[in-house]
Amino acid sequence: MQESSREPNPQYFKKQERIYPKRVWGKYRKLKWIAMIITLGIYYFAPFIRWDRGPGIPDQAILIDLNAQRAYWFFIEIWPQEVYLLTGILILAAIALFFVTSLFGRVWCGYLCPQTVWTDLFVWVERIIQGDRNKRKRLSEGPWTFEKIWKKTATHMIWLAIGWWTGGAFVLYFNDAPTLVMDFLHFDVSTTVLAFMVGLTLSTYLMAGFSREQVCTYMCPYARFQSAMFDDNTLIIGYDEARGEPRGKHKKGDSWEGRGHCIDCTACVQVCPTGIDIRKGLQMECIACGLCVDACNDIMDKVDLPRGLIRYDTVRHMELQKQGIFEKFRIIRPRTIYYSILLAIIGSVMLYALIARAPTQMTVLHDRNPLFIQLSDGTIRNGYSVKILNKTYLDKTFTLEVEGLEDYVLTVRAAGNISPDALFVPADSVGQYHVFLESNIKPSDPKDVIFTLTDKMTDFEDDYESTFISKRPRG
Amino acid sequence: MSEENKPEIDEHTGVETTGHEWDGLKELNNPAPRWWLWIFYITIIWSVGYWIVYPSWPTLSGATKGVIGWTQFTKLEAEQAEIAARQQQFLEKFEPASFNQILNDQELYAFAVAGGRAAFKDNCATCHGTGAEGGKGYPNLNDDDWIWGGHVEEIYETLLYGIRSTHEETRYNIMPRFGVDGLLKREEVAIMTDYVLAISGGAKTGTFARGAEIFKSQCASCHGADGRGDHDFGAPNLTDAIWLYGGERQDVYESIFYARAGMMPHWQGRLDENTIRQLSVYVHEMGGGEGVKPEERAALDVQGVSLDARE
Repeated sequence: MQESSREPNPQYFKKQERIYPKRVWGKYRKLKWIAMIITLGIYYFAPFIRWDRGPGIPDQAILIDLNAQRAYWFFIEIWPQEVYLLTGILILAAIALFFVTSLFGRVWCGYLCPQTVWTDLFVWVERIIQGDRNKRKRLSEGPWTFEKIWKKTATHMIWLAIGWWTGGAFVLYFNDAPTLVMDFLHFDVSTTVLAFMVGLTLSTYLMAGFSREQVCTYMCPYARFQSAMFDDNTLIIGYDEARGEPRGKHKKGDSWEGRGHCIDCTACVQVCPTGIDIRKGLQMECIACGLCVDACNDIMDKVDLPRGLIRYDTVRHMELQKQGIFEKFRIIRPRTIYYSILLAIIGSVMLYALIARAPTQMTVLHDRNPLFIQLSDGTIRNGYSVKILNKTYLDKTFTLEVEGLEDYVLTVRAAGNISPDALFVPADSVGQYHVFLESNIKPSDPKDVIFTLTDKMTDFEDDYESTFISKRPRG
Repeated sequence: MSEENKPEIDEHTGVETTGHEWDGLKELNNPAPRWWLWIFYITIIWSVGYWIVYPSWPTLSGATKGVIGWTQFTKLEAEQAEIAARQQQFLEKFEPASFNQILNDQELYAFAVAGGRAAFKDNCATCHGTGAEGGKGYPNLNDDDWIWGGHVEEIYETLLYGIRSTHEETRYNIMPRFGVDGLLKREEVAIMTDYVLAISGGAKTGTFARGAEIFKSQCASCHGADGRGDHDFGAPNLTDAIWLYGGERQDVYESIFYARAGMMPHWQGRLDENTIRQLSVYVHEMGGGEGVKPEERAALDVQGVSLDARE
C-alpha cells in the first residue's frame, strides 16, 4: 500500500483535495443529525430565552453585558471580579473533554465540534442543490454551464446566509436579543455589531465552506494531542482487519471461503468527511464520526454478512477477538477514574464558589506611597483604598470598623462629610472610598489590623486583613 | 549522492524524515498545505498596502506620506481633542464653582482630584515626590503641618505665586543667618538648639531659661512667643513633631546657624487656572489640609481667593 509515497517526494506544498462525502444513512448519521439540531438550536435560539431578575436588570437568560461589565447565565450573575468562575468552567470543560475522550474516543470531534457541525450543515446544503457525491464532483470538475453557474451561486448564497445568521446569533449574546433584532430590522445597529457579524459571516463561510477537514488536519491542536488520552480500552473507529482481509471484489453467489469479508467497495472512503481510508488503521485525520460504520453496515446487510466489519471498538477487543475471546467494554479504568476524580474535585470547588458567593465583598488596599504619615502631634496616619462590591439589587449603607488598634480614628476622604458609619454604595455597583486610619501609637513594626464592614440592615459582615505601618522599614 | 546522504524513509508512514530527532521521535517531512502558502503570499501583498496607506519609505526629506495622511501627531491631536471635549462638560460646572462647592459635590470633587493627580505627577512630583511625601527641604504635603497655610485657598495662592519665586506676588520671608552673620555666638546657637528641641517635646536642659530669653528677643517676632509659628509670615511651627530640615540636634543647629530658605516656583502663567484649582483641591485632599474638618466644610464661606477667609 501507498507505494507511490515511498518515493522521495519533491512536493513541498500539498494541494487540498476536494472531498465530496457521499450520502449515508444509519445509526451514527442519525446521531449526528440529532446532535446538529440540538447544538445549532441552542446556539441560534438561546439568546431569546428570558429570565426575570427584577426591574431594571436585563431579563435575558444568557447575556454578556460588556458595557455594564456583567455576565448572566440563568440564575448566575458574574462580575469582572469573579472571572475565575469562567476560568473554572473552561477547566471543567477541558477535563470533561479528556474524560469523554478517554472513554469514547473523539466523539467531540465527530458530533459536537462547531467545525464539524457547520461543515456537516454546509455539505447538506451542497447536496440538496447539487446532488450527491458523483453529481457534485462532475459539476465541479465540468465546464461552466448555466446549470453549474446557478447551482454554485445558489449554494454559496445559502452558505453566506447561514454564515450571516451565525454572526447574527453571536452578537445577540452581547446585547438584548429582541431589541437588537428590531434595531437590525430598522437598519440601526452599531458598527461594532456589524463588524462582528460580517467577520463571523466570512469566517463561517470560509471555515465550513472551504477549509473543512483542513482545520482538523492542520489547524486544530486538539486533534494532535488527543492520542495522549487514548489507551487500548478507548473506543475508536476500527476496521476488523482479521475479518476483512484479504479483501477483494465479490460476485453474488461466490463463496466466502478463503477470503476476507471486505468486498473493497470503498463505501467507507466515499462517505468519509475527511477523505481517509479507515482500513489503513486509526489515523490522525479520523474525527470518529462513524459514517463509515453506517456505510459498511449497509453493505454488509446487502451481502448478507454480519454487521460490524468497521465498528466502534477498542484496540484491546480487536486483538482479543482474533483469539476468539470476547470481553465486555471496560468503563472503569485508572484513566477514567482519575479523570472523574478531577472532575468531581473541580466541580465541587466551582459549586462551592457559586454557593458561597457573598452578596457584599470588600477589599482594602494599603496606600503604597506614602506608607504612613506622622502628623504634627506625633499621631501616625495610614491611608487605605476601600472597595465595596454591592452585588445585591438594593442600595446599601455600611459601617466600617477596625480591629487590632487601640484608640483609632477612622475618617473618610470624599466629597462632603461622610462618616465611616454611613458608607453608601448604590445597588449593583462598586463603592470606592479613601480612608485615613489614625492612631497615636509609638512607631513600631507593622501591626495587623482587620477592617470589618457591616451591613446594618442584614448584619452581614465582611472582613479584610491589612496592616498599620508606623515606622519606615529598615533594610 | 552517497548512501548516507539519502533521506531516511519512515517505515510506518512511508514518508521521508527531515533527519531531526528528539529522544527517538523523528520529524516527518510532510508537505505543508498549499493554502498556507497562499496566506503567506496574501500577508506580503497586505504589507504592500501599508506602504501605500501609511508613511513608510524614508526619503531624503523625511518619508513617504501615505495616502490617508496619518501621522502620530495627527493621532495625538485627535485624541487630545477628544479628551478636551470629554472634559468640557465637567469644566463648565467646575469653572464657576467655589472651592467650597467643589469639596461638597461628588462629581466636581472627583474631577478635581483626578485632574490634580495627573498635574501633580507632571509638575510637582519632581520635588515633592510622587506620593507627595517630600524630603529634606521639600515639605510633606500629606501631613497637617502647613507653613503658609493649609486651607484650600491658601494652597491655591501658594501654587499661583510660589515661594521666594520670581513672581511679584510671591510668598516671601527671610530668616536671619544667626551663626554666619554673627547675630548669635556659637554657644548661643547651641543653647537655642536645645531650647527648640525642648519646646517640641524634648527634655529641658540647664540653659532653658537663657534660651527662652534669647527666643523672646530674636525669634518670637516671627515664630511667635510660644514658638507655634505664623502662616502670615510663613514661619514654621517649632513645637510640633514635623521638621522640614530634620529634627536631629545637628539639623536644628544648622537651621539656626545658616538659616533656611526653600524655593517653590510660581505656576501662574505656566499652568492654566483650572489646573491650578484642581491641584489645590488635590493637594488639600491628600492629607485633609489644615484645620477644616469635613463637618465644618459646609459652614465655610469661600468665595474666590482670599487669605482672610479663615478669619
